[in-house]
Amino acid sequence: MATRVEARAAPRHRSLGLTDQDVLAMYRVMLTARLCDEAQFRLNRQGKAPFVVPVSGHEGCQVGSVWPFQRGKDVLVPYYRDMAVCLAAGFTPRDVFLGVFAKRDDPSSGGRQMPAHWSSRRLGIVTQSSPIATQVPHAAGIAYAIKYLGEDAVVGCWFGDGATSEGDWHEGLNFSGIHKLPVVWFCENNQYAISVPLSKQMAVKDVAVRAEGYGLEGVVVDGNDVLACYEAARRAVDKARAGGGPTLIEMKTYRFHPHTSDDDDRTYRSREEVEAWKRRDPILLFGAYLKEAGLLDEEGIERLRSEVKAEVDAAVDEAWNAPDPEPESALRHVFAESREGFRPVRWSRA
Amino acid sequence: MTEKNVIQTVHDTLWEAMVADERVVVLGEDVGARGGVFRATAGFLEAFGERRVIDTPLAESAIVGVAIGMALHGLLPVAEIQFADFIHPAFDQLVSEAARIRYRSNGDWGVPLVVRAPYGGGVHGALYHSQSVEAFFGHVPGLKVVAPSTPYDVKGLLLAAINDPDPVLFLEHKKTYRLVKGEVPDEPYELPIGRADVKREGTDLTVVSYGLMLHYCLEAAARLQEDEGFSAEVVDLRTIAPLDRETVLASVRKTGKAMVVYEDNLTYGVGAEVAALIAEEAMFDLDAPVVRVAGPDIPAMPFATPLEHFYLPDAERIYERMRELAKF
Repeated sequence: MATRVEARAAPRHRSLGLTDQDVLAMYRVMLTARLCDEAQFRLNRQGKAPFVVPVSGHEGCQVGSVWPFQRGKDVLVPYYRDMAVCLAAGFTPRDVFLGVFAKRDDPSSGGRQMPAHWSSRRLGIVTQSSPIATQVPHAAGIAYAIKYLGEDAVVGCWFGDGATSEGDWHEGLNFSGIHKLPVVWFCENNQYAISVPLSKQMAVKDVAVRAEGYGLEGVVVDGNDVLACYEAARRAVDKARAGGGPTLIEMKTYRFHPHTSDDDDRTYRSREEVEAWKRRDPILLFGAYLKEAGLLDEEGIERLRSEVKAEVDAAVDEAWNAPDPEPESALRHVFAESREGFRPVRWSRA
Repeated sequence: MTEKNVIQTVHDTLWEAMVADERVVVLGEDVGARGGVFRATAGFLEAFGERRVIDTPLAESAIVGVAIGMALHGLLPVAEIQFADFIHPAFDQLVSEAARIRYRSNGDWGVPLVVRAPYGGGVHGALYHSQSVEAFFGHVPGLKVVAPSTPYDVKGLLLAAINDPDPVLFLEHKKTYRLVKGEVPDEPYELPIGRADVKREGTDLTVVSYGLMLHYCLEAAARLQEDEGFSAEVVDLRTIAPLDRETVLASVRKTGKAMVVYEDNLTYGVGAEVAALIAEEAMFDLDAPVVRVAGPDIPAMPFATPLEHFYLPDAERIYERMRELAKF
């Protein structure tokens, strides 16, 4: 048994340039997202969280794709499913639950937006709305500004398969192709736009083939294989940073829960289908890999799980007891309250 | 000081902004090689290069959406929507994105964006080159909507819009482009967004207007003074949102009579807001009901000359209503 492990498993992450510490950290983020998800659904059923957006099933593609980005330099433009993207980028479980409970100190919006509408300027995470694909042209514009300013940064933009039907998606990718912008497009293809299956969204099998229409490279990866997602993302991010232009990466995956806590997926998906995908749970697969690589054993996984669970439970308590926003604060930040943070133009004679 | 028309002022002011700050870029359909269909950016491509003068694909939502991204990352984009009539595909980007980004991020992110759009009729523009869109966007908190009527105001407000940390929709009445001339200082200056301007002082009635109609109101007011001896005060809103309540109310309290003139459809327009403001705050100063003069509630301004004239209020029609109100 031990000899087999050494023979085949260990080299894969190392050959991708990831250390043992890296893959253990990636696994921990995936596990943190999963346990946050379980906790927020529990809180929803208890009536403590009115609305939650699940991530379960997407942890592998999210962590793998965000991992090559550089914190403090690169810009991340996620969508509402991307809890694990944001956890990897520096969100803490406490931040997540401050959002779930709509507390004053929720870093995304101070309790103004629904949960899972991530934002943190400090972490380079751009605020997003609920209408689908509206962030895609923003990502193109940010990438244009990066190139214009001669910066060495790359933009990552995430969306689901549903987003690829929107005009904004087409317009944003088209713009990125024309100007060969430093942006990587990540489609978390979980096969459904709420209830509408892929076959009713598009007449092609792979979203990635659309890349050709914009002059981009399109790539398909197994979204439940975190290392495969990492490998594709790493290559695309490096290419973008080197001036090679955008890439569209389609990560085929599945969401284990309904679209949100207000959805009932039994109306459109069979339980057999869901169970089949759960056998390919990215956390199970990555756990098996780490065991095979000799980095974790069953006991180690259990220890890690209870450690993360304690962290999540503490975060829930802390966030629950955190202050609510002041009612009158609803009137603030319609426009800039000061010029702080805005560098004004100094007019001079033309 | 130089005498210029409105479009020349837009062109020269944008040029000044491009020279003053490298963060300023212009983008839109035909803004590059063509220099804009109204020539607002004529010569820009040659002077500033294609990195700063961006001919975009024909996709209005992306023009605004990409400009939002640029603004989020340190640029000061000035996007052009070729005709205000074509802004509707970008409605979501303006209303749900640009206007809400500061609010929804609790003040963390801001969008210093200017969207310029030629609007209004009287140029045989028919249904899709004549629209007034100010009421749609004036309804949206988080968005500033500016509609200057003179070259002097165009320069001061355009520089203020570019130098504003929040999104500004800058509406230019296309019939004023070559019709209206005025003295414009050569040095840069900003005028405050959100401040109306009394373009003619008077004591007998207040006429609130903006854009092309403002000029017709001034014409009618001069004739009213000459023919009938009534003195009309003409207030140019200049900014549709946020509305300068103080200037409007101060004028109405002085004259006791109020009229709002705009070429947009009558119902749910700027006139409704101004009339409601006056009813709420200055009811007991009024000597007559508030009058609205506006376009009829039909879907659009038609093409044929008699139909277009039927739609658009002119100085004659405004004069008649002013005289009635003055004599009330």
